[in-house]
Amino acid sequence: MITITYREALKSAIRESLQKDERVFLMGEDVGHYGGAFAVSKGLLKEFGPERIMDVPLSESGFTGAGIGAALAGMRPIVEIMTVNFSLLAMDQIFNNAATLLHMSGGQLNVPVVIRMGCGIGRQLAAQHSHSWEPFYAHVPGIHVLSVGTHEDARGMLLSALQSPDPVIIFEYTSMLNLEGEIPEDAGAVDIRKAKVRREGKDLSLITYGTGVYKAMEAAEILARDGMDIEVVDLRVLRPLDEETFLASVAKTHRALIVEDAWKSVSISSEVSSRIMEKAFFELDLPVERLCGVEVSIPYPKHLEDASVPQVQDIVDRVRKILKP
Amino acid sequence: MISFKMPSLGADMEDGTLVEWRKQPGDLLQRGDILADVDTQKGLIEIEFFGEGVLEKQLVEEGQKVPVGTVLALIRPVGAEAEQVVPPAAAPEPKKEAIPMEPILQEEKPASPPVATEKTKRIKISPLARKMAEMHQMDISQIKGTGPEGAIVKADIEKRLAEIVPEKEVVEKPREVLQQAPVQQAAIPESEAIRKAVAAAMSRSNQDIPHYYLEKRMDMSKALAWLKEANKERSVQQRLLPVALFIKAVAKALDDVPDLNAVWENGLQRKNEINIGFVVSLRTGGIMVPAILNADTLSMDAVMACLNDIIPRARAFKLRSSELSQSTFTITSIGEGGGDKVFGVIYPPQVGIVGFGEIRDEAVVHEGMIGIKPVVDVTLAADHRATDGLIGGKFLAALNKYLQNPASL
Amino acid sequence: MKKTKTSKRISKEEGKRLLHQMQLIRRFEEKSAEVYTETKIRGFLHLYVGEEAVAVGVIQALMEEDYILSTYREHGHALARGMDPGAIMAEMYGKVEGCAMGRGGSMHLFDKNIHFFGGNAIVGGHLPMAVGMALASKKQGKKNVTCCFFGEGAAAEGEFHESMNLAALWGAPVLFLCENNLYAMGTALKYTHSEQQLEKKGPTYGIETATVNGMDLLEVMAAAQKAVDYIRKTGKPYFLVCYTYRFRAHSMFDAELYRDKAEVEEWKKQDPIPQFKKYLLEEQLITEKEIASLESAVEKEVAEAVDFAENGTWEPVEDLCRFVYSEKQEP
Repeated sequence: MITITYREALKSAIRESLQKDERVFLMGEDVGHYGGAFAVSKGLLKEFGPERIMDVPLSESGFTGAGIGAALAGMRPIVEIMTVNFSLLAMDQIFNNAATLLHMSGGQLNVPVVIRMGCGIGRQLAAQHSHSWEPFYAHVPGIHVLSVGTHEDARGMLLSALQSPDPVIIFEYTSMLNLEGEIPEDAGAVDIRKAKVRREGKDLSLITYGTGVYKAMEAAEILARDGMDIEVVDLRVLRPLDEETFLASVAKTHRALIVEDAWKSVSISSEVSSRIMEKAFFELDLPVERLCGVEVSIPYPKHLEDASVPQVQDIVDRVRKILKP
Repeated sequence: MISFKMPSLGADMEDGTLVEWRKQPGDLLQRGDILADVDTQKGLIEIEFFGEGVLEKQLVEEGQKVPVGTVLALIRPVGAEAEQVVPPAAAPEPKKEAIPMEPILQEEKPASPPVATEKTKRIKISPLARKMAEMHQMDISQIKGTGPEGAIVKADIEKRLAEIVPEKEVVEKPREVLQQAPVQQAAIPESEAIRKAVAAAMSRSNQDIPHYYLEKRMDMSKALAWLKEANKERSVQQRLLPVALFIKAVAKALDDVPDLNAVWENGLQRKNEINIGFVVSLRTGGIMVPAILNADTLSMDAVMACLNDIIPRARAFKLRSSELSQSTFTITSIGEGGGDKVFGVIYPPQVGIVGFGEIRDEAVVHEGMIGIKPVVDVTLAADHRATDGLIGGKFLAALNKYLQNPASL
Repeated sequence: MKKTKTSKRISKEEGKRLLHQMQLIRRFEEKSAEVYTETKIRGFLHLYVGEEAVAVGVIQALMEEDYILSTYREHGHALARGMDPGAIMAEMYGKVEGCAMGRGGSMHLFDKNIHFFGGNAIVGGHLPMAVGMALASKKQGKKNVTCCFFGEGAAAEGEFHESMNLAALWGAPVLFLCENNLYAMGTALKYTHSEQQLEKKGPTYGIETATVNGMDLLEVMAAAQKAVDYIRKTGKPYFLVCYTYRFRAHSMFDAELYRDKAEVEEWKKQDPIPQFKKYLLEEQLITEKEIASLESAVEKEVAEAVDFAENGTWEPVEDLCRFVYSEKQEP
C-alpha cells in the first residue's frame, strides 16, 4: 500500500493515460504553464509537451466543442473544465452535441470524449464557485456520469473512462485534493459501471457519493462505538445508476439514508429514493430519508457555508434519530 | 382530376383563411405558380401548386376559413379531357367521438346497518412489518407500534413473536425476500384465539371499510338440472355440490370484473391469482376462511376435491398458512333453514364478499306467468373505496350469467 | 456571368456534372416542399433554393478525406457531397432507410462514409466541433480540411468568436464558410450585426479572409479553390463569406413578413442555375437538348427518391432505446 493525496492520484491517472495512448491529450484552462488550476497537471507540460497538454483560452463552449470534434475525428481528448460552475457555458456542446450525436446519426458517430470537472464547496468561494450540479448531468441520456469519492477512484476512473466509446463526465472534488489516502501500489483502472459497498453493516444503508463517502465512513465509525452497524454504499456512477447494489443493501438493512451536498429538490437522492420505493418497498421498515444541501446559494462565511451541506456530525445525528436505539 | 387541398405548412397549422384567389378557372397553371393567398396565425402565405394543369373549379370562397386537408380547387392535369365536374364530397367533419356518459349512480341503500361515520383509526405499519405479520398470521391490531407516527415496525413484530412463540426462529433471507414471501407450515392456534382473531378482524372491517350492499335473486333451475345430470356420471364420493358451482361461477365473474379480485392498501391493488376464500363454520364455534388457490384454473371436480380436503382439515385446525392468508375474495353461505340471504362482512384487505342464501323454491314470474322455481338470493358486500354499485352490479350480472350456463364453468 | 481571370476553364463533363448537381438540389428541395404540404415530412424543413451555387461551388473543391459540417439547411450540401437522394428523402420521412435511420429528420443528415457530420440544429453549435475535428487532423498529421458551413446569423453567437479565435490560435485547418443570405430567420442583417461586413471580422483574429458573389458558380469555385489551397498549404484557417440569397422562406411555415416580394424578385434575376446554363451554352459546353435530357434525368432521380421514401419502413418501437450508448463497447 502507498499513501497518496487525491491530487496525486488524479495526476497519476492522467500521466498513465498519456503514456499508454498517443491519441490522448489534455486540454483545459491553465493546465499547462500554470501547472493546473488546482495543481493536478503540474509538470505534465514539461514531460509531454504542448501538443499533449494544451492550454486553452477562456472559451468553455469553444474548447469543449473542440474536444467533442476531436473525439469525433478519432482522438481521445481529456477536456478539463476548471470547475462545474463554468460548465454552464459548455452545456450546449455537452447536451446538444456529445449526448445526442450517436443517437441522431442512427448509431454512426461515436463521441469518446472525457470531460473532467472540479466541483463542490469548502473554501469559502461563495455562490458562483460552489455548485454541486451532479443532478443536472445525471439527468441526461447518452452520457456516463462518474463521481470520484475515494483515492482508489481518483487513481482509476479516468483510465476506464478513456476506454469508453461514449462521452464520460467525471466529477472531481476540489475539497479533497490535499487529502491523503491509501491505495495499493499497483492500483490502476477501476470499474465504472457499479456502485460499491465501502463498509458492510446491517442496521441502515447510508447511500452517498463524492465528498459524502468519507464523511459517511467517519460517521459510521462514530456510530459503531454505540453499537450501530451502518452499511456505506458509494454510488460512484450517477448515470446509469447501479441500482442493484443499493437495492440489495436496503433489502439487507431495511432502512436507508441518502446523503449528498447537492440541493435536495430534484437531486440524485430523489432518484435513488424513488427507485428504492419502486423496487424495494416491501423491504422498508422505515421511510427512506435524505440529508442534502440546504436549498440556498452557498454563502461566503465559514460557519454558514459549513451549515449549508451535511457534515459528519449531521449524518451521525440523523442516523441516531432514525435508529433511536 | 387533381383535388388540391389546403396544405399543411407546419405541425401547428390547423387551418387557413382563403383571402384571395390568384388564379381563375381556365387559367393554365405551371409548377411553382401561386394559386391563392391564405391567412394563417403566422401571417399571409402564398399557396403554390406543384404540378401542371388547368384550374377547373374553385371550391372555397374568398374569406372562408377551412381546416388543413380541405379540397380548395379542382385542377385538370395537362392532357386530360374535360370531364363532368363532380364535386368531391365535402371534407368530412373531424369525427367527434361520442363520449360515453357514465350513468349517474343511484345511491345504494345498504340493507344492513349503516357505515360507521366517525373517523376510523388506520393502523400504521411498515411494509416489512406487515409482510412479517402476514407470514406469522399475527393480528396487527393487537400490536403496539414504536416506529415513527406510532407505526408498527420490524422490532415490534419481533418482540411479539418472541412473546408468543419464543422458540420460533425469525428467518430473513435478503435476496429471496425481495420476491415472494416463503410459504411455511404453521400450527394453528387454539379456537379461543381464533374467535378473538375473527372478532378483531370483523371489528376492524366494520370500522375501516365503508360497505355497500347489492342483492340479486338468481334462478337455479338450469344449474341444479345440470348438476343432476353431471352427478349421474359420478360416484357418491365425487358428487358435485352446488357450492362448487358457486365457487367456479364466482371465479369466472371475478375474471370478468377484476376490480373485485383485489386488496385495498393505499389504493386498489388488483391480484393476478383468483384465490377464493370460503367461510367454514367450526363446530366449536367461530369460523375459518380457507382459500381455494387459483380457483379459476381448477375444474369443477378439482374444486370439489379441494373442498373435500380442506373442510375437514379446517375443522381439525390443520390448514397451511398460505391457505389462510392468500384469499383474494370470499364466499359465505347460509345452510338449510339458516336464512334466506346472508350479508357478509368483508375480510380485510379484500374488497368484497359474496353471500349465498339457501336454495329454495319460490314463486317467480316467467314469461308473464307465475311458476315455481328453485332460486338463491345472492348478495355482494363490497368496499366502496375500491368499487361502486356499477362494478358490483356488473359482478352480480356476470355471476348470474354463469349460473345460467353451468356447462361453461 | 463573368469569365473572370481567376476562373479556370471547365470541361464539358465537369459543366454537365455541376449543372446536374445544382438542378438536383433545386428540384429535390421543391419536391421536399411539396411532400411536406402533404404531411409526409413533419417538423421543420429549411430549403436551400437559390443558394445552390455555394454548396456546389465549394464542395467541388474538397477532397474525399475532407470533413464537412453544416447547419439545418444542409440538403444542398449533402447532395453536393454525394449523399443518395433516396437516403435523404427517407430520412425526412422518418423511415429506417434514411441516412440516420430516420432518427434525425431534415435537420440531422449524417453520413460517416462521406465524412458528412450533420445537419446541426443549434445555430453556431457545430463551429467548435469543426475546430476540434480540424485540430485532430493536425495532430494526426493528416492533410484534410474541415469545411464548416454556417449562416451570417451564427456569426452573432459566442461560439463564432470562440471558434475563430481557437482555430487561429491553434492553426487548425478549418474553412469557415459563411453563407450570408442577409436574413437570420426573420431578422435582416442590419438588425443583428453592428458590423455588417462580416469579412472585417476575420482579420481581427489573424485569419485569411475573402468574399465572393455566392450566386455565381464559377466565382464560388474559384474562391473555394483558393481557400482550400491556402489551408492545405499553410495548415491555417480561412474565412470565406459568400453573398447569397434564399428564394424561399426560412422554413415552411413562414409568411415572410420581414422582406419585400420585390427584393426576392430582384434576387431571382441572379438565379445561379439559369446563369450557369447560359454560360455553358455560350461556351458551347452543352446543348439545349442535353439540358433537357439532364433536367428529365433529375426529375426521374427525385421521383425515385420519393418512391424510395414512400416504400420505406418504420423502425420498430421496441428499438426506441437503441443508441443511448454504443452497442459495441470498443469502437
